[in-house]
Amino acid sequence: MSKIPLIIESEYMSRVRKKSFLIMTILTPVLMVLLCSVPAMLTLFDNSEMRQVTIVDQTGLYEDVYASDDEYTYTYLNSETTTEQMRSDEEPYAYIVITDNLLLKPNAMTIYSHKQTTASFEIEVESKMEEYLHDVKLASYDIPNLQQIIEESNVRLDVSSIRFDEEGDTQTSAGLATAVGMISTFLIYIFLFAYGGMVMNSVMQEKTNRIVEVMVSSVKPFDLMIGKIISVGLVGLTQIGIWVILIIGLGIGVSLAFGLPLLSGEGADIMAQTQTMGGTDTTTAIDPDMLDMMQTFAGIDFTMIIICLILYFIGGYVLYASLFAAIGSAVDNEADTNQFMIPITFIILFAFYVGIFSAENPEGGLAWWCSMIPFTSPIVMMVRIPFGVAVWEIILSLVILFASSLGMTWVAGRIYRVGILLYGKKPSYKELFKWIKYKA
Amino acid sequence: MYYLEAKNIVKQYASHRALDNVTVQVPENHIYGLLGPNGAGKTTLIRIINHITGPDSGEVYINGRLSIPSDVEHIGYLPEERGLYKKMKVGEQLMYLARLKGLTRNDAKNQIKHWLNKFDIADWEKKKVEELSKGMQQKIQFIATVIHRPKLLIFDEPFSGFDPVNANLLKNEILELRKEGATIIFSTHNMGSVEEICDEITLINRSRVVLQGEINAIRQAHKKHLFKVTYKADETIPAQTLHSNDIYHVMEYGQSSGYNTAIVRKSDKATTNNELITAMMRECQLATFEEILPSMNEIFIDTVGEPVNPEA
Repeated sequence: MSKIPLIIESEYMSRVRKKSFLIMTILTPVLMVLLCSVPAMLTLFDNSEMRQVTIVDQTGLYEDVYASDDEYTYTYLNSETTTEQMRSDEEPYAYIVITDNLLLKPNAMTIYSHKQTTASFEIEVESKMEEYLHDVKLASYDIPNLQQIIEESNVRLDVSSIRFDEEGDTQTSAGLATAVGMISTFLIYIFLFAYGGMVMNSVMQEKTNRIVEVMVSSVKPFDLMIGKIISVGLVGLTQIGIWVILIIGLGIGVSLAFGLPLLSGEGADIMAQTQTMGGTDTTTAIDPDMLDMMQTFAGIDFTMIIICLILYFIGGYVLYASLFAAIGSAVDNEADTNQFMIPITFIILFAFYVGIFSAENPEGGLAWWCSMIPFTSPIVMMVRIPFGVAVWEIILSLVILFASSLGMTWVAGRIYRVGILLYGKKPSYKELFKWIKYKA
Repeated sequence: MYYLEAKNIVKQYASHRALDNVTVQVPENHIYGLLGPNGAGKTTLIRIINHITGPDSGEVYINGRLSIPSDVEHIGYLPEERGLYKKMKVGEQLMYLARLKGLTRNDAKNQIKHWLNKFDIADWEKKKVEELSKGMQQKIQFIATVIHRPKLLIFDEPFSGFDPVNANLLKNEILELRKEGATIIFSTHNMGSVEEICDEITLINRSRVVLQGEINAIRQAHKKHLFKVTYKADETIPAQTLHSNDIYHVMEYGQSSGYNTAIVRKSDKATTNNELITAMMRECQLATFEEILPSMNEIFIDTVGEPVNPEA
């Protein structure tokens, strides 16, 4: 009877019952939601405080410019007020002193305050005055309907993009595709490193603990390695599952509790980020028109993306986890892993950068080849899929990935069974190749 | 009937032959010593028996038939380098290891209870291994080795790292397991323990068997024809009364609780003990006469210290 299920059970249970796992699993989403909602909550608290602003307008020209709102209460003082008087009265948040006609003398306005005023306050004061002066200036040209002419000449464009598709043309958005691709890629990238590393550490610990010889006298080394890879993978999926549920739950909870448009705000943030990352135009994606938005979402095949995400997750994870397991078995301590980790880190980082740039050129040669090569395909292909990739390409890439994953577990298993029982000298690459060829 | 037979085992590593045509036959219910200096190939042989690694050529038989991988469920192995999962609780750990050896959850539970009670450590079950002292961990390791009631037990350097109390406990447990019918293989270079508990040994040096057989037979075969005699000492007989002659040669004189002692060697192996005694009786009043057999330690050093003879 195979003992792999028993190994998976034990490894899985001992991992998910660890305190660090519980803390990480619960704290991460809480922190994420907090991080996202703190700025929103801060502005909420800010709003509650009213600030008194006193305007000392010595010209008498600008009495209508500032109207009190939720944040600032403006009061006008027409009398002559000296700097000394202002200095002694600490009641108002700030004084705005206008000494001359601002159209003639743009620097005739000064803000005095006891405490440093905020940047947003200064912008508010400036922009309101500029707007007013703009209108005054326009009026001074005395052209009829000028205001209307200017408004009409403010043309707003609303570009939709349609992709020709076999099942009918779909409305798409480069921005949304980029965002979805980036999120998937990022997830896979993190998953490979975090859980692959966990496999490596676990193998190394078993080896340095010297429990491994007891273990392999009961189970085949290959079974032990596979059991470990599968159990860590399951732990990862469990953790991510809990995160997704918690983040959505907490997000909704916080939104309801504080009445914040948190989730939509978050979405917009991500869009804005991808805009800077991908360098593409995302106007349609953040178009407030919900119908348009829904249509764009419908243009992306989410079922396809989720299925592919899971498949690439599994394939990529098995590939890299085997590699990490082999490294963990070959060395005695953390410091010795560097020699083997550097090339792997390089490959994963390379794939990650290719992924980012593939968002701009999803059909480019580099993107195409890297989405076929198993070491980079999980990361790169996920960027390309939202832009629409031929099914045969995905199937070919997946077949290559899964075939190489199986090949890699075989190779890793050969290295592992020798490595776990050898102590002392750090092996060279040449020796690792020899181990692969050893008879069992 | 041999319980375990390893026949003509050869194991080659890249540039080093770890085992060269090694044959070991362990009779059922015996305690068998596998001796040899570090790096001789003992651990490799044990790993082959445990199916951890395979031989390049040669076969292992268990109970008369070719050994298959699932036989490890009937083997209990305590490696020289032994460890436990530090973060696991004692009970979980034993349960895991027992189930890997093929025990059902219930059987494992009963066995864990039995052994923890036997060593009077039932309250450790919920403790994490890392909270235990080294001596405590050794007890757990021993339990993990025997929990599935294996028919064959293999201890690799069992006494290294054990404190005297645990070492004695271990020895008694091993003897008890033998009484219950287990066959036991011991790998060690602690010769004192070998003489004390092993029935038969194989001495491996530089990947080859250099000495094999029953302990008593080996000691007989390696005897140096030395005898310890004590005789009366009084005013009339001087201490060094015994003189070397053509029958025997006196190696050294001594005194012990009022008697004179001497160690003598037969000049000719063909001389019988009676002839030797007769010759000595002419010189003194013999009190005791005893042949000195070499200790396993001496035999070990003599055999291993010699340049290796390919035909040995």
